[in-house]
Amino acid sequence: MIRSLPTSRGYDWAFQAFIILYFIFLFAPLVVTCVLAFNDSNFPSLPWNGFSLDWFLSAGPARVGIFHDSQTLRALWTSFKTAFFVSIFSVAVGTCASLLFEEEQFRFKELLYFLMLAPLVIPGVILGISLLLTANTAGVFLEESMEWDFALFRPSFWLVVMGQFSFITTFVTLVVSARLRKFDRSLEEAALNLGANRFQVIRHITLRYLRPSIIGAAAVAFLMSFENFNTTIFLVGSEPTLPVTLYLQVRDGSTPMINAVSLLLIVGTSCLALANLYFGRKGK
Amino acid sequence: MRSRLGLWLLLTPVLLWLVLLIVLPHIDLLLMSFRGENDLGEPAWTLANYANFFSEPVYWLTFARTALYAVITTAITAMLAMPVAFYITKLARQRARGALLVLLLLPFWVSELVRVYGWMILLRESGVLNHFMLALGLVHKPVEMLYNDASMIMGLVYTSMLFMVVPLVSVMDSLDDSLIEAAHDLGAHKRAIWRTIIIPHCKPGLVSGSIIVFMLTLGNYLTPNLMGGKNSLWFTEQIYNQFIASFNWNQGAAFGFLLLLLSSLMIWLGLKLTRQKLGEVAS
Repeated sequence: MIRSLPTSRGYDWAFQAFIILYFIFLFAPLVVTCVLAFNDSNFPSLPWNGFSLDWFLSAGPARVGIFHDSQTLRALWTSFKTAFFVSIFSVAVGTCASLLFEEEQFRFKELLYFLMLAPLVIPGVILGISLLLTANTAGVFLEESMEWDFALFRPSFWLVVMGQFSFITTFVTLVVSARLRKFDRSLEEAALNLGANRFQVIRHITLRYLRPSIIGAAAVAFLMSFENFNTTIFLVGSEPTLPVTLYLQVRDGSTPMINAVSLLLIVGTSCLALANLYFGRKGK
Repeated sequence: MRSRLGLWLLLTPVLLWLVLLIVLPHIDLLLMSFRGENDLGEPAWTLANYANFFSEPVYWLTFARTALYAVITTAITAMLAMPVAFYITKLARQRARGALLVLLLLPFWVSELVRVYGWMILLRESGVLNHFMLALGLVHKPVEMLYNDASMIMGLVYTSMLFMVVPLVSVMDSLDDSLIEAAHDLGAHKRAIWRTIIIPHCKPGLVSGSIIVFMLTLGNYLTPNLMGGKNSLWFTEQIYNQFIASFNWNQGAAFGFLLLLLSSLMIWLGLKLTRQKLGEVAS
């Protein structure tokens, strides 16, 4: 059963085989995607026709590599911008929320806490459509009552940012709250006794203590925003994010260029995730 | 003792976020679902959007199918994740543990689209698996393994695996090995140990994992859309069709609200049955 107990060889073997199969199951699709990005063929499938960097570097017209495909590059840039703003906003508000829920006492705190958790259990599609509806309602109202025409309330870059922000903030709040719970309150009290005011305490003591978890939460927010599809698809305007662009390309038939994009994404996100993990460990 | 100013400085952004982006949109969703046109073509309050759902079998069948498949997916995910979590926390060597955990987490940071795409090039008729099966002589002509219910469920299990494994690893970590040793010394069999010690201890992790997996599967659009067949419609696709293809937002809002109702109901049921609170599950 466990390490300290004797087990039969057959049992051990079966268990190890299961674990190996499980990890093959986990990594097979990623490995295949990466390998086929270098296949010298016009289709993302075997047979292996030799090594080629065409799907990265080729300028076209027969084969267009990722570095020459303006549509994909633009989507990549949009995703970067989106993820950047989403992480900034959600970290700012999420940190406020965790300070609020862990340190302050006020009426309706329970209700507010429940609302904060709600995005965890609301499907992303629903968040997307309800935000789309509300933005549209607000846009129509402003146009009819004041004849203002806000582009913001139509599917657009900022609506995507708002949509992702609405649920990613919850994750940031939970990550920062977990760290805040381990915080030694007497440090704050000592600082207050020594004559610091509330803002100085938050800035020099609490936030400094929270810094590793804030950086970690920002990385998580960035990755979540970068890969989000379900909410984004309803809010996207003329600037599609990378997952949306790739979705259209996959659906309408693909070339190994998508494999090249996927490879870059896999390498990029893995690096960020590993860095986050490494610094997270160091911070503890 | 503390200033009200400090409280309001923290409260304002949080309230703005929750009211403007969570509460109001969902009230609007509910209101929109009761809007429609009367016989004269004027906007009016109506139950027609919900009546459509019940009178059109395609809609409620898809709804029921989505719910059923989400339950199946959750069950399969839990059954796969239990031994994996057990291996990592109880069987693997101390040094291998960290590495295994990292390996477990990594694939899930990659965009869901990339992972689904990877499965597509593995499974489809001209895919990698077929290539090898032909080369080995296992089949004589390529088999289409994509675009059916089985591949769709596999894709959904794959997509949501992490959210089951992580909570299970953390609850199994807190299980004292000596309990299992004691049971073993007293002559309990493996099955009895699993049934009376390990599974009851893991219940909180199992519930929180199941809730998240169920919710994610129910609301998934990408995987059923790309891996499911022409006939395996997912309810989110119905919502998408109403919104983007038919431009019937009121109908789409009704569907959306029904889906929200279903997911809330199942989650509430899960929490009630196991006597947990949402706050405990989340943290």
